Amino acid sequence: MTDHDTPTPGASSSASTSHDHDADHGSVYDGLLGGDDSRWAFGTDFEDPLAGVDTTIPDGVDAAALASYCLMLGDDALVASHRLSQWASNAPDLEDDIALANVALDLLGQARLLLTRGAAADARLVPRLPEGSPVPPEDALAFFRDESAFRNVRLVEAENGDFAETVARLLVFSTYRLALLQRLAGSRDGVLSAIAVKGVKEVTYHRDYAGRWFLTLARGTAESRRRLVAGLDRVWPLRAELFRTHAVERTVAEQGVGVDPADVADEVDVLLEQVLSVSGIDRPEVPPTGTVGGGAGRDGRHTEAMGRLLAEMQVVARAHPSGRW
Amino acid sequence: MVSVVAAPARPHARPDPRAVAARVVDPEMPMLTLEALGVLREVGVGADGHVRVTITPTYSGCPAMATMRDDLVHALRDEGYDDVVVQVRLEPAWSTDWITPEGRRALADHGVSVPGPAPRHGGPVPLTLAPVRRALVCPRCGASDTRLVSEFGPTACKAVYRCADCLEPFEHVKEI
Repeated sequence: MTDHDTPTPGASSSASTSHDHDADHGSVYDGLLGGDDSRWAFGTDFEDPLAGVDTTIPDGVDAAALASYCLMLGDDALVASHRLSQWASNAPDLEDDIALANVALDLLGQARLLLTRGAAADARLVPRLPEGSPVPPEDALAFFRDESAFRNVRLVEAENGDFAETVARLLVFSTYRLALLQRLAGSRDGVLSAIAVKGVKEVTYHRDYAGRWFLTLARGTAESRRRLVAGLDRVWPLRAELFRTHAVERTVAEQGVGVDPADVADEVDVLLEQVLSVSGIDRPEVPPTGTVGGGAGRDGRHTEAMGRLLAEMQVVARAHPSGRW
Repeated sequence: MVSVVAAPARPHARPDPRAVAARVVDPEMPMLTLEALGVLREVGVGADGHVRVTITPTYSGCPAMATMRDDLVHALRDEGYDDVVVQVRLEPAWSTDWITPEGRRALADHGVSVPGPAPRHGGPVPLTLAPVRRALVCPRCGASDTRLVSEFGPTACKAVYRCADCLEPFEHVKEI
């Protein structure tokens, strides 16, 4: 997830003092530099998205619970981002290709901050890598955890389906996430609060995008409406899980650093009802997806789609745990 | 006895690091300096001579952050500041309101539509199912009949519009 170092000219900020400029001549990348190597984007060494940010744990807060909570919100964003990025070059038109990629990028940025914050709160959650591995904690968390260690809700891991289904899923997810982030802005943890304040601005655009497309598809053609209704039927069963309070969420809510998702259930419901009624779409009558041994995504119990998603997302990083990029 | 001590060779006078950092431009909108964009928050010099630059990201996932950091380090190093630390400040969150009047002029001069005041939310964020209405003027021909093409554009911070008069597309820095 970070911009890894490519052994090309222009050079990293950390390595340029010992850089062998003679070796640069004739590189295929020379033309990209425009004669000014400070314009070269891929010279960066590992970049900490929280560099210089005070990550001290507030008084009276359980660091392990705070870290797990950061992974929950971070994994929601990471997995949703990965799914949305699968639309790149596949969306119905160029504008929506770009829009979905932008949404994915915002969520990836939130994921980086949240995973980094989680790792800073409790380093024990970060998978161990071989001695000397340059992989930063955020990448170790994203690419080297197994499925059962991912804490995202199952809603975000589902296959995209068609564009209408993706719109329905993004509407539910962004409505939920925006409600959470608005409350999280008041977190006693300064880092989480700052991430949330920023996230609210971004997810507001995501929710509006999904809501407008929902309305457009509902009032479009018979086919667009049929697809939207079918997509919503597939999304809806995973909605109830969003508002189940996990023990970690209860702890961080009590300690004033996190949000109990049950507290946003009514607000999310009112907003979704508003979109459904304006669109003239009935609330689906489908039972919620059951739990597995009493657990769900927040407990690391995922659907079949998650394994394939992780296989694709993690394969390159896992093949080269000591690789420099 | 009077001893005359030769003044030490005066080191090459280095420009103010703040001024150096303020000249660095945004990698995606090079008509804007990081200062004009409002990303450059602070430049301080420690007692031991190290320079500490503080920047605030425009968007959480802004892919230009690493380049900005590199560019700042390079620019300061070129002026003789070898010990440079670039750190992030997340709070308060960046807002388009921080783009300076000079920055707004530079955007307009380059055919980019400048943002209006950023929305302020006291309470819950309202859901808007109709496209945002912005009273924009086409930066190319000056016509006011413009249409939103997409709220998401070639960079995280821009929406795409089309002028109904000259028919040219243009970018608008969206309020955040």
